[in-house]
Amino acid sequence: MSELLQFLLSGLTIGAIYALAALGFTLIYNASHVINFAQGEFIMFGGMATVFLAKAGVPLILAVPLAIMVTILVGMALEKAAIETARGAQVVTLIIITIGASIFLRGVAQILWGKQFYPLAAFSGEAPIEVFGATVVPQSLWVVGVSAVIVLVLAWFFGRTLLGKAVLATAINAGAAQLIGVNTRTVLLLSFGLSAGLGAIAGALVAPITTANYEMGLMLGLKGFVAAVLGGLGVGVGAVVGGLLLGIAETLTAGYVSSAYKDAVAFVLIFVVLFFLPNGLFGKRGTERV
Amino acid sequence: MNVLNSRYGGLAVLAAIVLLLPLVLPNNYYFDVANRIAINAIVAVGLNLLIGYAGQISLGHAGFLGLGAYTSAILTSNYGWSPLAAMLVAALGVAALAFLVARPILRLKGHYLAMATLGLGMIFSIVLTNESALTGGPDGMAVPGFELLGWSPQGEAVWYWVFGALLLAAVWLALNLIDSPVGRALRAVHGSEVAAAVAGIDTTSYKVLVFVVSAVFAALVGSLSAHYTGFITPGQASFLHSVELVTMVVIGGMASTFGAVIGAALLTLLPQVLSGLEDFEMVVFGLILMTSMIFLPRGLVPSLRGWLAAKGRA
Amino acid sequence: MAALLEIEKLSKSFGGVHAVQEVSFTVQKGLVHAVIGPNGAGKTTLFNLISGVYEPSAGHIRLKGEEVGGLPPNKLAERGLSRTFQNLQICFNLSALENVMIGAHLRLDRSFVKALLRWPTITRGDRACREHAAELMEYVGCGKYIGSEADGMPYGALKRLEVARALAAEPEILFLDEPAAGLNPTETAELDEVIHKIAARGVTVVLVEHDMKLVMNLSQRILVLDYGRKLAEGTPGEVRANPDVIAAYLGAA
Repeated sequence: MSELLQFLLSGLTIGAIYALAALGFTLIYNASHVINFAQGEFIMFGGMATVFLAKAGVPLILAVPLAIMVTILVGMALEKAAIETARGAQVVTLIIITIGASIFLRGVAQILWGKQFYPLAAFSGEAPIEVFGATVVPQSLWVVGVSAVIVLVLAWFFGRTLLGKAVLATAINAGAAQLIGVNTRTVLLLSFGLSAGLGAIAGALVAPITTANYEMGLMLGLKGFVAAVLGGLGVGVGAVVGGLLLGIAETLTAGYVSSAYKDAVAFVLIFVVLFFLPNGLFGKRGTERV
Repeated sequence: MNVLNSRYGGLAVLAAIVLLLPLVLPNNYYFDVANRIAINAIVAVGLNLLIGYAGQISLGHAGFLGLGAYTSAILTSNYGWSPLAAMLVAALGVAALAFLVARPILRLKGHYLAMATLGLGMIFSIVLTNESALTGGPDGMAVPGFELLGWSPQGEAVWYWVFGALLLAAVWLALNLIDSPVGRALRAVHGSEVAAAVAGIDTTSYKVLVFVVSAVFAALVGSLSAHYTGFITPGQASFLHSVELVTMVVIGGMASTFGAVIGAALLTLLPQVLSGLEDFEMVVFGLILMTSMIFLPRGLVPSLRGWLAAKGRA
Repeated sequence: MAALLEIEKLSKSFGGVHAVQEVSFTVQKGLVHAVIGPNGAGKTTLFNLISGVYEPSAGHIRLKGEEVGGLPPNKLAERGLSRTFQNLQICFNLSALENVMIGAHLRLDRSFVKALLRWPTITRGDRACREHAAELMEYVGCGKYIGSEADGMPYGALKRLEVARALAAEPEILFLDEPAAGLNPTETAELDEVIHKIAARGVTVVLVEHDMKLVMNLSQRILVLDYGRKLAEGTPGEVRANPDVIAAYLGAA
């Protein structure tokens, strides 16, 4: 029993990271119908920047927000340079552009920080905590806790603030939103910045657990994408549920079936889900008007 | 007749290049590069049918390539099969697999389709990496040379003619297909799926057909190139490799067979050009991807064609 | 007059929206029929149901006596049904001629292997198809665009191109969804002539139209829809005089 709990708890932890990544995808998809393959690199930048700021002597409490801000700037720069200039391009083209961006950012990270794995000190120590027979490291609590807070803040932002509603309006119908005075270009820029921030937080949170490396964004990003599609592309609730489900499915598979195939779980899962629910768990089934 | 626009004109130019290139290639290293270009070009031509003409997307095609390569490698290396038989089994196996997954996958559209193909490729890649008893794991495995009726091509120069002939054949087949009722149906599916349907086209069947055909192209090439290089690793089936293949099609020009060939050539030559700047390879590759898609979204060949046509009108 | 198409209590709902409710009518062979009604009456939904784009929620569709409700569009095309769309569905990645040639798809050799090898039957069939497509483009009045790419053509010409494509299938029954939408009076008059010609060839025509002059001129039977339900069915004279129809269009007295 405690073994199952152990798996569930670690699944929840990694699931929270996937959820944050998935939310990042969802935000940008909603604002622009673009899948930002560079989302994983935002996570990586957050983690790596935090590591290096900490190494330079900056206390964690400052390093993390600074790293987040740097990544937000990177995200907005990416939007300005690549996405805005390519407005109206076909889906395939946009996908390639963001894939190119992700390779570019990975290359930059490699030049700046090399290929090694870097540890990061846990936010509040390493002493494991006992929970009903399972052990949890404090960092896991940080991951799940901060993620939960973020999800709540985002829900408040989109549900209750004018700016948040403007972003939602743009997602639903950009043309109509423009007509009522929403600056859709700003919304897009904001979405990229917010996504980058989300990714960076995830990176800073997970780095103490997995160590940071210039390639860490690749798998995290891909799985975040899987989680977003699982839940239904463009649906915030779906992204969170998809992320958590994926994390738990992964750890359960690693624990009970085979740890070598842990990475395959995401991709098998997406296959299965899309087979029965072509629009994901919470995706809307629309009919095309002809 | 404008060479760029005439179908067989282009094929003739390509044939001329294939025939005359050996006269200027100084040594085996260059033949190897030419072979790699031909290998990538054949896959790109097949993938272009799927992406450029039929308007679908596959972010996992390297998976089929890897499956073809490993099937051939395992059957010849571990079980002593003849390379030709192994290659045929690989092609048939991939065709069956592609057919099986095609129907459910191709019901999906846009990003969902991209995700499903990505997932498929990743699954192949992970299986190939993990089943080390069979595949040699992440370090890869050795592959015996190719042999057909007693003849065994040895050396880059000899393989050059094999790949050159195959490339010309692939381009010829693709050009024929595009300008036929089946080819038009494929392109119509891309243009307006509902219009194609009311014209009597079973859109799903056609999408499945082109998906399987392009998968088989990849598998066949995977098998042969495995024998050529003598060694394969799971990296052949990686997401990055799938991305490279899609990039070749998109950069050269979607819905342009020659564009696919040119795109393959460019992307194969790129690492050669960048080999002095190893650390910067990723950065440069990423930059090139981004800028070419931003400024030449239709790809090189169609953009060139458009530019020339505009100059002609001026 | 034989009933070519029988619709019986056909219904379609999208969630809570009942787009078509228990509509029954018959299409007689060789006549021109029109489906009219205010916007949102369900006319295009009806077309989409009959042509297989939507699946019925309830009811029957019988083509030449055979139940065809729920069949996909390509199966209906095999049974002699062809249509155009209210929102143009043109393949802009093809040339004008190729768009029309698509319409003839079922009449061509669709063998994959022969296509790969450029079999003579394929090239001959394509050449004949190309000529026939050019003739059709002349027939519908967009002959000057024979050498053009579809994405360079003006709206009016594209509407006619779609009609040419639908005709290329040599259908028994042709559905035209708002063929005159977006056309100026001259173009509409030309369209009127084309539809007359088509009907004279023996093709059964069913059209959705708002242009009442066109409708009254062309059609021999009219179906009136309102809020997804059948309001009236009959000859133009009968429908014009029907008080419910007058009320729906002009408001009750």
